[in-house]
Amino acid sequence: MSAGVGVDLESLWIRFGDFVAVRDANVNINGGDFFSFLGPSGCGKTTILRAVSGFLEPSEGNVLIGGNNMKGIGPNKRPTALIFQNLALFPLMKVWENITFSMEIKGASAAERRKRADELLDMIALPGQGDKLPSELSGGQRQRVAIARALCAEPDVLLLDEPLSALDLKLRQHMRTELREIQQRVGITFIYITHDQGEALTMSDNIAVMRAGVIDQIADGKTIYNDPNTAFAASFVGENNVFRGKIKQVMGNEALIATNRSGELVARISTANQGKMKEGDDAMMFVRPEAFAIAPDGATGDHFVTARVNHEEFEGNVFNIFTEGEGGKEIKVSIPNHGQSFEDHTGQNITLEYETRNAVLVPAGELAAE
Amino acid sequence: MPQFLKEFFNRNGTGMGLAILGLVLFWTIGLIILPQLSMLDFSFRPNLPPPEIGGPKDVYTLENYKYLIYGPEGGGQDYNVVDLKVFFRTLLAAVCVTIFNLILCYPIAYYLGQNKGNHIRIFAIMLIIPYWINEILRAFALRIIFGETGVLNTLFVGLGIWDTPFDFIRNDIALYAGLGYAYILLMIFPMYNVIESLDKNQIEAARDLGAPWWRIHWRVVIPYAKPGISSGCTMVFMLSAGALAAPQILGGPSSLWFTQLIYQQFNDNNDWPQGAAYAIVLLVTCILFVLAMMRLFKVNMGDIGK
Ligand SMILES: Nc1ncnc2c1ncn2[C@@H]1O[C@H](COP(=O)(O)OP(=O)(O)OP(=O)(O)O)[C@@H](O)[C@H]1O
Ligand SMILES: [Mg+2]
Repeated sequence: MSAGVGVDLESLWIRFGDFVAVRDANVNINGGDFFSFLGPSGCGKTTILRAVSGFLEPSEGNVLIGGNNMKGIGPNKRPTALIFQNLALFPLMKVWENITFSMEIKGASAAERRKRADELLDMIALPGQGDKLPSELSGGQRQRVAIARALCAEPDVLLLDEPLSALDLKLRQHMRTELREIQQRVGITFIYITHDQGEALTMSDNIAVMRAGVIDQIADGKTIYNDPNTAFAASFVGENNVFRGKIKQVMGNEALIATNRSGELVARISTANQGKMKEGDDAMMFVRPEAFAIAPDGATGDHFVTARVNHEEFEGNVFNIFTEGEGGKEIKVSIPNHGQSFEDHTGQNITLEYETRNAVLVPAGELAAE
Repeated sequence: MPQFLKEFFNRNGTGMGLAILGLVLFWTIGLIILPQLSMLDFSFRPNLPPPEIGGPKDVYTLENYKYLIYGPEGGGQDYNVVDLKVFFRTLLAAVCVTIFNLILCYPIAYYLGQNKGNHIRIFAIMLIIPYWINEILRAFALRIIFGETGVLNTLFVGLGIWDTPFDFIRNDIALYAGLGYAYILLMIFPMYNVIESLDKNQIEAARDLGAPWWRIHWRVVIPYAKPGISSGCTMVFMLSAGALAAPQILGGPSSLWFTQLIYQQFNDNNDWPQGAAYAIVLLVTCILFVLAMMRLFKVNMGDIGK
């Protein structure tokens, strides 16, 4: 990527009294990356962002921006700009004054500021709207003004705290594309916070999955989706079917698991856990709904699961089958719709099949709440 | 019936609505407008002994107002220098008290408004409790602090910092302190109310964009707090200009407050029409001054109510 300014977190701890909000975070964000922190509400995402922007001093560890330690440097002196969860536009300033507030601080003349505001308004596709008040704009327009205001400060790193959460679904999806485009155009580092895995997967170069103050995994979206490190990452990102059990036998990078309810099944040990899992360990196997296929009746083996179909749903691009496996275990299966005829299985027993590489094995652990 | 009245009755029910409406009307008309109108009427009449009231001499006249400007007839001076001087000094002093109070109270209101927790509640209670004590006692307490043998003088003279006691009273310091203190709450609370509702993120956003603290206040907090500031300033100005107890107790012998002149007319001279005229002049001038200031600082009437 371009020679943007990177951000590093070194053994970062943040405590509020006895409560540990961030536990030993180590993250290297490349310059020019679109990097996301993904995690459920309350896991410490905003706290990390506040430490990067300088509103909060870490209890231990360092924040480095462009290789420089930021210890003791206030938010107004850091090369970062923060876009707040609620945008925090100045309600009494006109749009153009909002956008160029950072230039006003540096003493730029009104004419210069107007000119720059017009350029940025063109960029965010709001030409000629500079004389309005923020309250006279729509939610999506305000969103873009906030981005322009942050970009006007010419930061090396743009920090975004769930900036799309207040928008409706359609606009949110539109803004995803737009944000990504803006990031590629300006070429600076974006650090993006979200609890929406769809946002994180579609926009980011790299994602850190967070759980209760701990970073479980840092990788690109595809890796996180296909090769999660932990039970939490596997269950938080995308839909997943979980099979609990004990490892019966390890065979290189694969293992045979004695599952609690579905017999003996084979799975691939996730990359980060290869060599660390041994026989007798409690483990969880994850198979995505779309990784199952319907197998011919009567097929048996270590990559077949039999289940009884509870009900089916047609979602357009996929048929969803909700089944009950042995012992009442729920399994969701998604069959892509490419125009094939699809018989109704409700009430029948079916056999499901998966490829070993699509069944990921991680140590047993906490699952993400539904 | 206008829409807002209809809604009002719908919300409160007819009986309750009538009762509330009646009380409000009684309050505004019976207790405020009518007495003021009778004062206005007084101010345009000559001061007559009771038997002559309603008699042929009881006609409308501008005498009482002329008196404030020109003084007694044959008084030897072209203008009523003494009273006019008191009048303008009172207004100027009220402006000074207001500004002084604003500067003192803004940081307090900001601190109270932007912080949360128990210590804030304790702070607020400590501000309120002194107001349980009546105005006169508070004024005398300040006299004890500022008097010639008062706490401050005893302390500083005792420590050898001053050779002779400083006359806080003659220099009007006690008066300004008393007036400032008397209306502190009226300045703090309107500002506090507004600042409390200011989104902390706006302050952080400004800081994040590189603003030093003073610019954050100048561009973000003060514009937002303007309704509270104007409401507080208006009240403090009006009440200081109309204060009586503090100037009476804390004022130096040579510095009369205009309200004291009004009081003298009513009580010592028994000249109600003259007193009424002075009071009306003070009231109207204050209102005009406040309106002019509101125009100057682009404050709407509606903002004052916030
Ligand atoms: N100033 C503070 N004092 C005490 N605890 C705090 C403070 N700020 C945050 N916390 C706690 O730290 C944890 C993480 O908070 P944070 O705001 O970072 O969560 P988040 O991941 O941004 O959540 P959300 O998605 O809901 O915004 C929470 O449990 C919160 O209660
Ligand atoms: Mg947050």
